[in-house]
Amino acid sequence: MLEIKDLYAGIDGKEILKGLTLHVGAGEVHAIMGPNGSGKSTLANVLAGRPKYVPTSGSVTYEGKDLLALPAEERAREGVFLAMQYPVEIPGVNNIYFLKAALNAVRKHQGQEELDAMEFLQLAREKMKLVELDEAFMNRSVNEGFSGGEKKRNEIFQMAVLDPKLAILDETDSGLDIDALRIVAEGVNALRSEKHAVLVITHYQRLLKYLVPDFVHVLADGRIVKSGGKELAEELEQKGYEWIEEELVAAR
Amino acid sequence: MSSTIEQIASQEYKYGFITDIEADQAPPGLNEDIIRLISAKKNEPEWMLEFRLKAFRHWLTMKEPTWANIKYGPIDYQATSYYSAPKQKKKLNSLDEVDPELRATFAKLGISLEEQKRLSGVAVDAVFDSVSVATTFRTELAKVGVIFCSFSDAVQNHPELVQKYLGSVVPYTDNFFATLNSAVFTDGSFCYIPKGVRCPMELSTYFRINSANTGQFERTLIVADEGATVSYLEGCTAPMRDENQLHAAVVELVALDNASIKYSTVQNWYPGDKEGRGGIYNFVTKRGKAFKNAKLSWTQVETGSAITWKYPSCILQGDNSIGEFYSVALTNHRQQADTGTKMIHLGKNTRSTIVSKGISAGRGQQTYRGEVKIMKSAEGARNYSQCDSLLLGDKCGAHTFPYIEVRNSTAKMEHEASTSKIGEDQLFYCQQRGISAEDAVSMIVNGFCREVFKELPMEFAVEATKLLGVSLEGAVG
Repeated sequence: MLEIKDLYAGIDGKEILKGLTLHVGAGEVHAIMGPNGSGKSTLANVLAGRPKYVPTSGSVTYEGKDLLALPAEERAREGVFLAMQYPVEIPGVNNIYFLKAALNAVRKHQGQEELDAMEFLQLAREKMKLVELDEAFMNRSVNEGFSGGEKKRNEIFQMAVLDPKLAILDETDSGLDIDALRIVAEGVNALRSEKHAVLVITHYQRLLKYLVPDFVHVLADGRIVKSGGKELAEELEQKGYEWIEEELVAAR
Repeated sequence: MSSTIEQIASQEYKYGFITDIEADQAPPGLNEDIIRLISAKKNEPEWMLEFRLKAFRHWLTMKEPTWANIKYGPIDYQATSYYSAPKQKKKLNSLDEVDPELRATFAKLGISLEEQKRLSGVAVDAVFDSVSVATTFRTELAKVGVIFCSFSDAVQNHPELVQKYLGSVVPYTDNFFATLNSAVFTDGSFCYIPKGVRCPMELSTYFRINSANTGQFERTLIVADEGATVSYLEGCTAPMRDENQLHAAVVELVALDNASIKYSTVQNWYPGDKEGRGGIYNFVTKRGKAFKNAKLSWTQVETGSAITWKYPSCILQGDNSIGEFYSVALTNHRQQADTGTKMIHLGKNTRSTIVSKGISAGRGQQTYRGEVKIMKSAEGARNYSQCDSLLLGDKCGAHTFPYIEVRNSTAKMEHEASTSKIGEDQLFYCQQRGISAEDAVSMIVNGFCREVFKELPMEFAVEATKLLGVSLEGAVG
């Protein structure tokens, strides 16, 4: 589904990703872990097409398409979803209106019929239960006055409604209490299927207790330096990231 | 700022077309003869001519104000023609008799009279240049005693009402532009709602400037007698022109005891091209007087004109009277707007609310200028003011000048102000969910304006959203 080859990318002229290669197949959940500054968020934002993050070389193929050639909204409509680390507030724009506009933009692009207000409400109500959000959230402005945990749950709610093929979670677990963490993980687990792939970007192992990945990759200095199964996450939890860095230094 | 916003912000005015109707036009220039000509053309009574002449003589002693935060070249008042009326062969009895070309123009604007009539139940008094050509629903309104007609008709048919209230809120000496208007106004609308009557429909006037080089001087007078209620809608577009067109309107509202007037405006006159050439100069004086327990509410959506100079105000004279001002103003390209309101509290327990939303794009410059005056007599007065500015891009500007004068220590005042920018982050967030940049901008801007739009009557809110969209981009979702 997603094929990243020797990707170099940076922000403000500073190179952050330095030859990253990663293969994500349909139905798989991958965790990307790594110390601060290793390039985790850069990877997420480059994949989603955030303008500040500029790829300089290498390639990203998504469903056979050159992902980097598509503008951000096209990527979204093709089924790439980024749950943001810092979801923004949009005052005065109704949460449910926003999501309906998004869903219908995606559906239209995919040749599906747009949902009318009633159909959409039904879908939204169903997905809302999944993330244990109160219906009152529907009529509030997008993320305005939401707590940190509510914003993250809203991201997962949007993900559940949009049903993306490739979901990227950029440190969705940061700042969440244990209940919210469980809710987020359940939301992602509900999305798991043969057709979906998930890329979980995290600093800590704790989310991975609820959301068990098929593969774990360690990102350091802009490259994937170690890959393994879920046990690698546990090892990282016990030993920290230092041993990997030491291994790297030794290898040079 | 991203190129998308610049692209969207640089789209051209869509309603630029000129209707080819022969105008009956006075030669350029302003003197007592021209004023006598206007008065004679309109077959006015002596007192009306006297009012005009007094105003003109006073105007000669006045200087154009320069305190506003707007820049424009000198206006040659002698180069403007002060009278222009579309030629009509005979008096019209129904809409069917309206000049087909005129009706086509309205159709282009999407405000076909029949549709207005049929779909929304709104009575439309269409002002084309300076003379009313069609008035609808007059009979139905007459059943409940509501008078809704052109100002000229009112001078002929209801002189006692006009004479009593004309200049009672905006005296002919008020300010340079209002005084000019008092001397040369050609037409406008007149409304009278009798005692205790709730006007059964929303009253609406579409204004349109057409002839080149013709200053447009509208005069509107709305009187709600004791306990009466009325909602009035004013909306306008203008065709594309190179010369600057001067517009100096006066609107007077009189809300007698327990009466309520809601006045809503959508203004989308030609703003000039990207370099600021052409466009309407809009110098408007709008003011209402509220008597005991009366309520005045101004709602405006200002997206057009090269220059906007406009401060719809409330004189809260009666005890417990209420004044409201809800405003969305948008400046794009090189548009300049200096707009706001005045709330003058005279009566006890008077209350006022100000919600102003300014949007600047391109090289637009925008100023909010508000004055809240609590006079000594205004025991227990309250005011709430909120001024928010939204910037699109980094070449535009927003300025806020709130003046507050309190002479009674029991007053309660609240003022909030904010300035924000549509950020890459907000745009990206929308795009990442599949929403196009253009839709995202309109969504964010409409969200910003929501508090004001919800004050507009339903059918007008749709119009307002549309006009905001036209000014910023192609379509609004």
